Amino acid sequence: MFAAMLGEAWHAMGANRLRTFLTMLGMMIGVGAVVLMMAIGEGAQQSIKRSISSMGSNLFIVLSGPPNAGAARSATGNAATLNVRDADAISELDVVSSVAPVSMGNAQIIYSGNNWNTSIIGTTPSYFQVRDWSISEGYIFSDSDIRSATRVALIGKTVVENLFGDEIDPVGKTIRIKQSPFVIVGVLDRKGQSLDGRDQDDTIIVPLTTAQRKLFGNQVPGSVRQILVQAESDKVMTQAEEGINNLLRQRHNVREGSDNDFSVRNLTAIANTAAETTRTMSLLLGAIASISLLVGGIGIMNIMLVSVTERTREIGIRMAIGARERDILLQFLLEALMISIVGCLIGVLIGIGGAMFVKTFFGTDAVVSTQSISLAFIVAASVGVFFGFYPARKAAKLNPIEALRYQ
Amino acid sequence: MDRVIEVSHLYKSYETAAGPFSVLKDVNLIIEKGDYVAIMGPSGSGKSTFMNILGCLDSPTSGDYFLDGYDVAHLGGNALAQLRNKTIGFVFQGFNLLARSSLLDNVALPLVYSGQDKRIRHEKAKQVLTKVGLAQYFNSRPNQISGGQQQRVAIARALVNSPTLILADEPTGNLDSKTSEEIMTLFDDLNKEGITVILVTHENDIAAHAKRQIRFLDGKVIEDSSRAEPAMVEEIV
Repeated sequence: MFAAMLGEAWHAMGANRLRTFLTMLGMMIGVGAVVLMMAIGEGAQQSIKRSISSMGSNLFIVLSGPPNAGAARSATGNAATLNVRDADAISELDVVSSVAPVSMGNAQIIYSGNNWNTSIIGTTPSYFQVRDWSISEGYIFSDSDIRSATRVALIGKTVVENLFGDEIDPVGKTIRIKQSPFVIVGVLDRKGQSLDGRDQDDTIIVPLTTAQRKLFGNQVPGSVRQILVQAESDKVMTQAEEGINNLLRQRHNVREGSDNDFSVRNLTAIANTAAETTRTMSLLLGAIASISLLVGGIGIMNIMLVSVTERTREIGIRMAIGARERDILLQFLLEALMISIVGCLIGVLIGIGGAMFVKTFFGTDAVVSTQSISLAFIVAASVGVFFGFYPARKAAKLNPIEALRYQ
Repeated sequence: MDRVIEVSHLYKSYETAAGPFSVLKDVNLIIEKGDYVAIMGPSGSGKSTFMNILGCLDSPTSGDYFLDGYDVAHLGGNALAQLRNKTIGFVFQGFNLLARSSLLDNVALPLVYSGQDKRIRHEKAKQVLTKVGLAQYFNSRPNQISGGQQQRVAIARALVNSPTLILADEPTGNLDSKTSEEIMTLFDDLNKEGITVILVTHENDIAAHAKRQIRFLDGKVIEDSSRAEPAMVEEIV
């Protein structure tokens, strides 16, 4: 009997194709919008997750210079207040597993006729552990390279592409950074975008001492712009932050009540905040899109009411030959449900198409998750039942005699 | 003697702005199995209201109505729907077929509501459509056939659930006299098979097909002539 009713609902839908299509359009647009918006949100979240995992885990960054230096604020990291010995001291802390002092700047690099401007990071081998970064070719320079300030370099994928192209294997080649020759000893793995959208592969990593002495020529010997610190686990993050603060205040002789001449940032917390923000954003997008589902549902209710009125006589006939109230109710409910579910199916296809369109033409990640599709279906079905119920009940409650008399 | 219909002291009144309006006043009637009854009367005599009550589409204000042993006046909506489905076959003046469905689906519709599966539905529908002489039109739509044929489809639909009683409300009202005669012959044949037939009509020649004529006026039965003796009915059954 249910199968027969499904068949009838299908026929009823086909009886007035244009009207059914227009009614469905509301559902289609609504579901399409929900699926697309959730896909964009999901894409943003995934790219943030990738950035977070590329950053390294349980990470602090200690920057030289005060966080807010009164009215005249210089960018943090400019004043040379941190040095290598600070880094060594931090690494002595219990809850710290790894420390990497970093000195960085931009430089022009040259290989045979090719030119490229990129960022140079001078650091120690522990940097690769802290950033959870490995190399795809060659080897990482060692502590002895730090001690003797050798001119070796690890090169990022983007730099490889721009300086060497696809043909040449860069390992063993000599490039010039600020006119000094450097031997490339390895190629870095691809990292992708950072949280702030920088290309992390557009970089060259050299030994810290080499960068300090031969590339950037520090005014204060041994000074670094930042120190990356990895805590032992996510549970000791606050403890580690406190430890770093206290240690550096003590080492820099910062008096009680005075501002720090450095700043400590919990990168993991910042990243998590960013992820949380994106999640909220995508939820908001989905919520706004689902308003159109509501509008679509009202459209269904409207057309079902018209349909019940138009088919009053049919309802009378059905009642006369033995349809119970619930048979009529079920029939109209099924029709509403079918309109909303078929509309939802097409809407999902529209959403997937839209996501592909956004991906190809705007380069934004848009990932359609099965979760969003099942959510769309559940919502569509509920909309169908909710907005179909009133018209169906109206049909079921008709008086058969009056319904039969209806012209 | 099996009594298909037993109506006693039946009253029906409607609430109107001018107070209650009585349509049926103390109607008493017994119709036996295999009977062939024509209910006649002018417009407003109450014959349509009486038909609606007989057809379980309406309930009386007071009085008793037993259909096939069921106390109809005291049944709920679902039970009434089942009675309409299994015990009664309706034939209307305006045919009342579903325009969108094929003849086969139209005829099979009552079986949907009695929960038969598709194979049985189609089998029975084909059987009754063949019986009324429309074997070649299974998949046509109602608007593709003539009025007389449409009424045959409606009769097939009334027959499909093997009812004890057929209620026909002005079944020839929309048909020309030749077609009317054909339709009436069909009713005659059905009655000969033992099905109780009740017709509502205001045409004497149509009413003449029935064995018994009942005349309504102002909500009362004013005339009840039985052509067939009870013994004869038994013979036929």
